[in-house]
Amino acid sequence: MAHSYTPGLKVSAFTALRRERKLPLAGTVLVSVGQPVQAETIVARTELPGNVQTVNAANILGVLPEDVPDCLVKPVGSPVKKGEAIAESRSFFGLFRSKVLSPTDGTLESVSTVTGQALLREPPIPVEVDAYVDGAVVEVHEKQGVTVETRGTFIQGIFGIGGETCGLLHVCVGGPAEALTEASLGSDVRGKVLVGGSHVTTRVLNRAIQLGVKAVVIGGFDDQDLREFLGYDLGVAITGSEEKGLTLVVTEGFGEIPMAGRTFELLKSCEGRKVSVSGATQIRAGVLRPEIVAPRLTEAIPPEVRAGGAEPEGLTVGSLIRAIREPYFGHLGKVVSLPPELVPLETEAKVRVLEVDFGDGQRTLLPRANVEMIES
Amino acid sequence: MTIPKPESIRSILATDCGSTTTKAILIERRGEEYRLIVRGEAPTTVEAPFEDVTRGVLNAIMEVEELAGRKILDGEKIMTPQSGTQGVDLYISTSSAGGGLQMMVSGVVKSMTGESAQRAALGAGAIVMDVIASNDGRLPYQKIKRIRQLRPDMILLSGGVDGGTTSHVAEMAELLAAADPKARLGAGYELPVIYAGNKDARKIVEERLAHKTALKTTDNLRPVLERENLTPARDMIHDLFMEHVMAHAPGYRKLMTWSPVPIMPTPGAVGLIIETIAREESISVIGVDIGGATTDVFSVFQGVFNRTVSANLGMSYSVSNVLAEAGLPNILRWVPFEISEHDLRNRIKNKMIRPTTIPQTLEELIIEQAISREALRLAFEQHKMLAVGLKGVQQERTISDTFEQTASGETLVRLDHLDLLVGSGGVLSHAPRRAQAALMLLDAFLPEHVTELAVDSIFMMPQLGVLSTVHPKAAKEVFEKDCLIRLGSTVAPVGPGKEGVTALRATLEFPDGRRETLSIPYGYLKLVPVPEGQSVKAVLNPDRGLDLGAGKGREREVVLKGGVVGVIFDCRGRQPFTLPADRERRISKLAEWNEALDAYPVAVKV
Repeated sequence: MAHSYTPGLKVSAFTALRRERKLPLAGTVLVSVGQPVQAETIVARTELPGNVQTVNAANILGVLPEDVPDCLVKPVGSPVKKGEAIAESRSFFGLFRSKVLSPTDGTLESVSTVTGQALLREPPIPVEVDAYVDGAVVEVHEKQGVTVETRGTFIQGIFGIGGETCGLLHVCVGGPAEALTEASLGSDVRGKVLVGGSHVTTRVLNRAIQLGVKAVVIGGFDDQDLREFLGYDLGVAITGSEEKGLTLVVTEGFGEIPMAGRTFELLKSCEGRKVSVSGATQIRAGVLRPEIVAPRLTEAIPPEVRAGGAEPEGLTVGSLIRAIREPYFGHLGKVVSLPPELVPLETEAKVRVLEVDFGDGQRTLLPRANVEMIES
Repeated sequence: MTIPKPESIRSILATDCGSTTTKAILIERRGEEYRLIVRGEAPTTVEAPFEDVTRGVLNAIMEVEELAGRKILDGEKIMTPQSGTQGVDLYISTSSAGGGLQMMVSGVVKSMTGESAQRAALGAGAIVMDVIASNDGRLPYQKIKRIRQLRPDMILLSGGVDGGTTSHVAEMAELLAAADPKARLGAGYELPVIYAGNKDARKIVEERLAHKTALKTTDNLRPVLERENLTPARDMIHDLFMEHVMAHAPGYRKLMTWSPVPIMPTPGAVGLIIETIAREESISVIGVDIGGATTDVFSVFQGVFNRTVSANLGMSYSVSNVLAEAGLPNILRWVPFEISEHDLRNRIKNKMIRPTTIPQTLEELIIEQAISREALRLAFEQHKMLAVGLKGVQQERTISDTFEQTASGETLVRLDHLDLLVGSGGVLSHAPRRAQAALMLLDAFLPEHVTELAVDSIFMMPQLGVLSTVHPKAAKEVFEKDCLIRLGSTVAPVGPGKEGVTALRATLEFPDGRRETLSIPYGYLKLVPVPEGQSVKAVLNPDRGLDLGAGKGREREVVLKGGVVGVIFDCRGRQPFTLPADRERRISKLAEWNEALDAYPVAVKV
């Protein structure tokens, strides 16, 4: 019964991956299949229909809704300027005029003969999508966008803040258990993606923003700092649209937690390289985790590495795991046995468990629900 | 695929795909009755890396196979019908995975057709993301912007009574058309819109929306001001949920082919069961289902069914939102030991980012149960606000009265009239001791006078709800024998009192003729074990400032049903119920109440 386990975060030295880059609605694709792209390359562009404003023309004109079309001085569909008359009526032998003025620049979209409302559409809002990662276009989705493929080092975090960005990676600390401090930020960090160790505070993040840092990757972060950083209590883990001027990726969880050794070493191996980072996290409905992608396009894809990755396997004896709940939160270990029977915990709940060796040679019992596989 | 005849069904496999866990139960006919055989569960796999709900369903079924020692799957296919001891005769499923059914509703007057539309959507099992109405205080462009941002799964448009004015309905349809809303899942299909408003406006609505959305029309949900007709709209929501929404969620297209019965939204199925209990026993019922992402509250008072969903109150995905909405002091007030704010905050956030973990230590369990009290309390507050009557229905009145009364609808939910409170969902159903579930329900709902408490034993009300639509007998038998665990009755006098002064004197007469007299001081809990299936006759004498349903200080004779916990005399006070402000006194009081119910294995140290 190895079905109850939590798939872990991907921490991979070399993998192939694809990212869909799609517009929110139909538009123009600007690149073609096979074309190499940089993270900053604009791959598709569209225009979102502008916002709509309404004017109650029948009321202003003092006519019945069905008579509004007769009062139009601009035909439906024509462009209008703010303050320009779109309809008018005359009353009292033509002595008094009522005019309906456009509240905005845009187009007169429609006029209702039931409600007497005139609908004005503001000018379209341009929307562009970039490639996000260095790589090549492998698929074009007509009018929607493209799929970009890249290969290189890929690390998923557990939680992030802020959207997509890219920059040169720089490790600021000596080891994964060291906290990122103002002193360790250094001075030459503008436009960079910084890697810290176990912890960072809001104060340090704010300093990093001042210095022009693009992103910070860290092991742990306190919820109190998160609240201070965002200015509100985050209720549901749906992030990515924050505009803090910096993207944050937390790799382990909340609290002061050393970054997993393997994650840290991999990031260290990317020192000085261009990386793409996304803080977008969505834990409910279509899990989305923050990520760091360090493309290594000059190296060939080993045959065993295919885009999309292999089907995740269940827990087995020997699997590397991370404890993800108190009292062993953050401990890393190896599965030594998977007893099939239900075992009572201190809480008296009977659950499926596994035995794990945290490297001390002891066997520790953990609920299977409280471990996460370390996947490569 | 056809539904087998009820009398020919020997075995039923039912799954519920929750946002966190997929639960499977196996029901078999044993002799003349249907009984639950085993239950299996596995993490839900709507999300990456699997992105296919059937993976989790298969995993849960594999667990059922192992536990029951019976082969059900042939590779990745459920074997139907049963052949020998292999396979099952019927497979059914409910689902709330992938965020459930998310709807936006629209009416003309927010508190009238807007509210009716909201009740129709909620009753069908949806999460209502917003109610847009002509008089909701927003400017047209703000409404259009909001409609665009929301990306619901479905929109319910209502408004106007039959034969009334059509212009406001037209205005709402025009707003929708201008917003040109897109569906949440998949860009390639048109957003389903249901029109259930003034029948005279159908043509107008069609002209404006038919070419931009997948528009369906059904009977007006408020044909006259004094009457709601929610069933046609609810049924249509269910149909479109299957046709459009489920068909676009990862793996559901495949899952739908496995069952001859449409997949029902989980809350809709739980609602069916709650309505059935209330109808069959002629009682007032509150049911609550606290899940990982949402908490649903169902009630039947005066025969009127209501359901609300608190979309962001739950114990895993939404746990951090409970903290944000209730505030830390409200959660900490239920924790009978010292814990720093810093530590508690980090623990809650770690649960949010790893929602499938479970408490391993007693301390963690107690914290989780403290959070659940606040989630339940907040969800119940929201329910009371929406479960209001159609005002003044049975009164003779002029049209001006109608408007006056609509503005001030009173809640139908009366705790002093409540007969049965049923809890469901992981934190209640899986509480290691049933007394913990009883105490959570008492603390969150504060039932008054005499109320019976129950929990869904292993959280299978959703599956039984959908089963009741095809095999009512099997659903009822399993519900009564295997699902509902009767915890016992609670007696709670209402009114202020003084700590330590006698609040209630009770004389109990047990079935064996034994008599016992109790005297319970104000501020205390007292448990009297009365096993399930037994009752005690009780003569209750509240102190003069306190009311047990017969008036202040008036004697009341009742029959108190027993249960796995027993009869709980809750003299901690109602209206008001307060916890000591002093930290040490509060902690010692909590520990005392936990001990009174023997809620935890060891006394929690101060």
